[in-house]
Amino acid sequence: MDINTLRALATPIAFIAFIGIFFWTFSRGRKKGFDEAANLPFADEEDEASNVQREPSVEKNTK
Amino acid sequence: MSTAFDHPTYNYRVVRAFTIMTVVWGVVGMAVGVLIASQLVWPDLLANIPYLHFGRLRPLHTNAVIFGFGGSALFATAYYVVQRTTQARLFSDVLSGFTFWGWQIIIVAAAITLPLGYTQTKEYAELEWPIDILITLVWVAFAINFFGTIAKRKMKHIYVANWFFGAFIITVAVLHLGNSAVIPVSAFKSYSVYSGAADAMVQWWYGHNAVGFFLTAGFLGMMYYFVPKQAGRPVFSYRLSIVHFWALISLYIWAGPHHLHYTALPNWTQSLGMVMSLILLAPSWGGMINGVMTLSGAWHKLRHDPILRFLVVSLSFYGMSTFEGPMMSIKTVNALSHYTDWTIGHVHAGALGWVAMVSIGAVYHMLPVVLGLKAGAMYSTRLINVHFWLATIGTVLYIASMWVNGIMQGLMWRAFNDDGSLTYTFVEAVDASYPGWFVRVIGGVVFLLGMLIMSYNTYMTVRQANGKEAESFEADTQTA
Repeated sequence: MDINTLRALATPIAFIAFIGIFFWTFSRGRKKGFDEAANLPFADEEDEASNVQREPSVEKNTK
Repeated sequence: MSTAFDHPTYNYRVVRAFTIMTVVWGVVGMAVGVLIASQLVWPDLLANIPYLHFGRLRPLHTNAVIFGFGGSALFATAYYVVQRTTQARLFSDVLSGFTFWGWQIIIVAAAITLPLGYTQTKEYAELEWPIDILITLVWVAFAINFFGTIAKRKMKHIYVANWFFGAFIITVAVLHLGNSAVIPVSAFKSYSVYSGAADAMVQWWYGHNAVGFFLTAGFLGMMYYFVPKQAGRPVFSYRLSIVHFWALISLYIWAGPHHLHYTALPNWTQSLGMVMSLILLAPSWGGMINGVMTLSGAWHKLRHDPILRFLVVSLSFYGMSTFEGPMMSIKTVNALSHYTDWTIGHVHAGALGWVAMVSIGAVYHMLPVVLGLKAGAMYSTRLINVHFWLATIGTVLYIASMWVNGIMQGLMWRAFNDDGSLTYTFVEAVDASYPGWFVRVIGGVVFLLGMLIMSYNTYMTVRQANGKEAESFEADTQTA
């Protein structure tokens, strides 16, 4: 195949890929997974709370 | 710093180090910026010292703020966010330490070699080849450390912020290797393997994507973690974040030719670069809208929270400069704006308004956490508020004066008399630019003042955290 055919094909391939990503992203089945992912920044907050308390109290308890 | 702050799971040591260096390089880089802005107003300033000539200090300013300040902020937040959202410790403590010290050596090397006049003369890629090799090593270590952490994540999903950080790391590696391909002729001198228009094209493929990936994708990663976190609610639309991520990274790479309008670059390449730049508005605003809308229903929080204000105003400046950019890439607009102060104003709308403000917001949120305090619990919230207003006023003064100067210069350069001769000599346009340059110095000083207040606040927060540690230690030993 001529290299220029390949170069020309790159544009429609990129366009189709974008449409593909769009429909993949907005398909109904993925909502739950995305909601989970969107909450990841808050997933380790329990850990953070213990980290804040950690300093005086936790050390005392171990003694 | 003591090991007493150390988190049981996460490596906060390296985050702390990079966060503090963000503030240090911010002050240094912006101070040099104020100095060179003053040199334009008072040309005799330091005129007899070759090492401190504008032409040598200007790349020092850009390297210190982009790679020193921005780079340290990116390392700090990438390491922090990837740990917090994967709930895994960084892949390797050794690599973490190597990236920190390696990166600091690179910035110091830049601060030494650039005033001495060693340069590859490529904008934002001035550093000579031995330093380029060190950058490559540090960057590979960064990539292994970041993706290694993703690989051992405890969570199923990879949070969108990490996608942006990942794209930033991979693309900057490719850009750096591509543009820095040189033939060394001595320890401090090399020649690019490219020549002529191809060299210019490669340079601006690099240069524009340094903006697109170093100064945009990485900072969007920052935004996608710290805006939701500081607002206390998840991002407006996770789906939008995925679509605009793929659109942004696949489009940015084509926009470089708009830096070379009306040059020896083939005309079709210029037009292609312009069209790609115009399309780029959509994914850029996708990110901006997604960030701002995260606040919908929680706008009242802005009233009391200056950290959130930093983050949201940074998004406004991001939206503004990503509108301005595509507009300036239109060839007919570019015919007026190119080579004028408008370009410098545009860069600083992005650099001060977006990059610096989002980093400052992230640092104020993150620094107390890595010191074992509560998120955002800096020494003084009032001083954060003062910093916010100084940063905003400084940025507005800077960009407004450069708009006025830029449009005036463009119009003066293109003004013709009836007989076809030029209406103004070049030096008349220089003379007319002085008031604008003076206002820029004031804007820069105001912004720098904010950074100095931030340094004080940072110092006091670290001291407070140290004191708390000592206090709790004393209390423990007494009860024991």
